Amino acid sequence: MTVARLTSAEEAIGHVRSGDTVMVGGFGLVGAPLTLLDALVEQSDATDLTIISNNIGEPGKGLGKLLRQGRIRRGISSYFTSNPEAVAAVNRGEIEATLLPQGTFAEAIRAGGAGISGFFTPVGAGTMLAEGKEERVINGVPHVLECSIRADVALVFAARADTLGNLWYRRTARNFNPLMATAATITIAEASEIVPVGGLDPESVMTPHLYIDELVVQA
Amino acid sequence: MSDDHKRTIAARAALELRAGEVVNLGIGIPNLIPGFLDDDAGVFLHTENGLLGVGPRPDENELDNDMIDAAKRPVTALPGASYFDSASSFAMIRGGHIDVAVLGALQVSAGGDIANWAVPGKDVLGVGGAMDLVVGARRVIVTMTATSSAGDPKVVPVCTYPLTAKGAVDVVITELSVFRVRHGGLVLVELLDGATVEDVKAVTSANFAVDLELRHAS
Repeated sequence: MTVARLTSAEEAIGHVRSGDTVMVGGFGLVGAPLTLLDALVEQSDATDLTIISNNIGEPGKGLGKLLRQGRIRRGISSYFTSNPEAVAAVNRGEIEATLLPQGTFAEAIRAGGAGISGFFTPVGAGTMLAEGKEERVINGVPHVLECSIRADVALVFAARADTLGNLWYRRTARNFNPLMATAATITIAEASEIVPVGGLDPESVMTPHLYIDELVVQA
Repeated sequence: MSDDHKRTIAARAALELRAGEVVNLGIGIPNLIPGFLDDDAGVFLHTENGLLGVGPRPDENELDNDMIDAAKRPVTALPGASYFDSASSFAMIRGGHIDVAVLGALQVSAGGDIANWAVPGKDVLGVGGAMDLVVGARRVIVTMTATSSAGDPKVVPVCTYPLTAKGAVDVVITELSVFRVRHGGLVLVELLDGATVEDVKAVTSANFAVDLELRHAS
């Protein structure tokens, strides 16, 4: 989409279908699209989801609510540990966990949005996180082949958007949001504030509107 | 571990940092280091969730929900600070633009291998930025007690815990001593708080050379 459609959280979240892969921005709950997540929890029955997010929320908060509903089949994350209920669900075999070093996780999403299918990184070489992955020595240093990551739907949070869908993030709430906005078939942005076109300085736009399909105001 | 030990380790680690360096501090003992840095130390603190120029903890009326460090605790930003996304932050780390990473460890081997993210038999579901930092930072300083809470040595011949990275560690600071990894082997370079070489040997299962250096007055 070239121009975002301003809509409700309930309508936007209808893009998420059972079996989908869904990216969710935020470092813990900071920068997480909590209005969209509440809509996913309360107004969608999509299940069997693969969630790509740095953490699986916190107990009963953010993605932690979706986890309690048993609707997550698999998680791709760098730090499940921040939600002990996610760890327990993995240990009970209820969800499948794919753990990635945080920089590899970020770069795989960036690459996914940039048309790069994979990359060699020295991070993780020789560790259990490299098991099953192709290793190659480059300039004398062992590297691991990491494949890029894309999703069916990305849910991101920005402090401010214009009605075209240009986004501006605030402070450390930026984190994974700009990357995830680029790496999904459908990107839904939640913004604290939505301003008219021209209300954002072009120099301050961090995500240009061509990445954004649906725009929802924070509840 | 006693708070005295933590303070001894953090105070000594602070002496490793030089003006102008960009430093990433892990959770635990490394987070005590700012308390031992002079206001004019000239060190720039990086936190991997997207901030260079980390300032002190905020007081109550400075609290901002959008301002946390990688340990998810509230922080402030100093004049000259910058924010960036996670891919940029880890590009800084892997690209060799972070001068120093200071972090804790469960085990460090004689060859500088480090294990600091997982304990065998427990959940291995949280790695965060640990692997990226120890591979990418130009100098890696480990701050940890000499022994585990069970009394086992943490400076070992070979790590038995899951590795974070091989050959990544440059300096190990415990409550008793400072080791440097040189040419793939450990060298004891400094004794802390009146410890003796025998004291260090008693809690270190790895072999090490001894080459005590005078600390330059700071």
